[in-house]
Amino acid sequence: MEGHFIIEDFNLWYGDPSHKTRGTHALKHISIEIQKKEVLALIGPSGCGKSTFLRSLNRMNDFIDGIETSGKILLDQQDIYSPKTDVALLRKKVGMVFQKPNPFPMSIYDNVAYGPKIHGIRAKSQLDGIVETALKAAALWDEVSDRLKKPALGLSGGQQQRLCIARALAVGPEVLLMDEPTSALDPVSTNKIESLICRLKTRYTWIIVTHNMGQASRISDKTAFFLSGELVESGLTTQLFHMPKDKRLESYITGNFNFT
Amino acid sequence: MVKYVSQPSVKESASITAENLKSCGNSLFTNTRSIYYLWDILMYWIFTFCGISAVAAVLGISIYMVLAGIPAIQKIGLIKFLFGISWNPASSQPSFGIFPMILSSVVGTLFSVFLAVPIGVLTAVFLSELSPKWIYRSVRPAIELMSGIPSVIYGLLGAILLTPLVRRLENFFFRASVSHTFTGGANLLSAVIVLAVMILPTVIHISEISIQAVPGELREASLALGATKMETIFKVVLPAARPGILSGAVLGIGRAVGEAMAVMMVSGNTVNLPLPFHSVRFLTTGIVTEMGYSSGLHRQALFSIGLVLFVFILFLNLFLESTLKRGGSSNV
Repeated sequence: MEGHFIIEDFNLWYGDPSHKTRGTHALKHISIEIQKKEVLALIGPSGCGKSTFLRSLNRMNDFIDGIETSGKILLDQQDIYSPKTDVALLRKKVGMVFQKPNPFPMSIYDNVAYGPKIHGIRAKSQLDGIVETALKAAALWDEVSDRLKKPALGLSGGQQQRLCIARALAVGPEVLLMDEPTSALDPVSTNKIESLICRLKTRYTWIIVTHNMGQASRISDKTAFFLSGELVESGLTTQLFHMPKDKRLESYITGNFNFT
Repeated sequence: MVKYVSQPSVKESASITAENLKSCGNSLFTNTRSIYYLWDILMYWIFTFCGISAVAAVLGISIYMVLAGIPAIQKIGLIKFLFGISWNPASSQPSFGIFPMILSSVVGTLFSVFLAVPIGVLTAVFLSELSPKWIYRSVRPAIELMSGIPSVIYGLLGAILLTPLVRRLENFFFRASVSHTFTGGANLLSAVIVLAVMILPTVIHISEISIQAVPGELREASLALGATKMETIFKVVLPAARPGILSGAVLGIGRAVGEAMAVMMVSGNTVNLPLPFHSVRFLTTGIVTEMGYSSGLHRQALFSIGLVLFVFILFLNLFLESTLKRGGSSNV
């Protein structure tokens, strides 16, 4: 079992600065199982909690003041919120790609080599191999192989995002979390990233937040629909899109939902 | 509110045409507008005058420094002046070598920066990345206050608190020495420490600004790869903030090079080669000490020292400008 999530009755509250009350109940009783090597799309209107949920899976919410959680998130049978969890190792296992491409202001090579170096790989030959493999997997190698030492910020937005994917792949994750990875990109770059996800489908578990219904139906095996902090419906993407059980999901997919 | 703002602007564009002016006649509307135009023109010239006067002041100072500094250098000879090691302006056979003062200024400044930059950068990291809010809220104003304290106070505190400690150190190191001239704690080491404390606020402030300007996304990217907080700070945040930190260091150098008062009170003020326990005289203190009683060539030579300082600062600023530009372009 690698990259197999079981989430049981998970709750999350954003802190109240005065610490008098528990603050906003941002995730309400989320229970879902995410099989290994599947692509799960998280959909729902803005502010529904899907990004918060995504960031709970590699504990990126830890940095927000006054956050509180309850319930369990099991990754390969281990509770990631247990005090014994090594968060650095968790994040090595559960990689993340952000909405806005965020390469480090270093060379292309150093961007990809950053993760492996952090995790203790020093040998130049080994790093070279990892960088090449990761860039090839992210379909960027052919475009940058002759300028690995050039600054990453000189790349186009789409290339930067693929570089960020390569950077995430370089530490050898089992799960990849993507927070609207293509919302800042043009259609051609979006297409490249979608096809790279489809190509690498069988190697990783993918959890992708998207506002693009077409994208969700194109690349995902399963879909989960969030609404005001609740997981309303989840299941096979084909089923969800063609025969949604919940009225709200149906109107969200068709674009008729009034979210006020 | 929005309507109110947008309407006059429409009328403004309409009012410029001659026909409109005629048709309006002497209406209240046209009159108010023309007053605004007058005000505009007046303010334009006031701004321009202020801008020009600032430039003129800089130009005037530059020209005067060169004119006042050149004659003595011509009489003494540039090489003899800059690299002569003996400064003896009042004797019957005067010598005007400022090399020990240049060395003292350079060494004193550099070492104070070497001391202040690591401490300052780590303080800035602590403040912007690690400190709890209540510490930040109390330390931040304290540092701002520190940069506002007059330099003479730093000198005074240095003379009262620091020099006795340095004297003990000196007495310890040279307890067996016969040749050492004891400084009683007023020496290069004290000057370096006082200068370092003085430039700390500048270094902290500029470093903190540049650290905070590093986008949060970069920190997140690093943390999401499994890096610890410290790895993120040292491998991502500080490298990204480097241009800003560098300019903070250069600003600190500028402040240290130009400082006279505090240095004079703790450096011992005799012309010597810059060793830690030597009483030393900086370029700035050289001018301050002798301006009161000098005359003739001696006085002119003091202006030449001023010119040397001026050129120092000029090059520092040029360097700063170029590093800032490079820093800016690498972030695009």
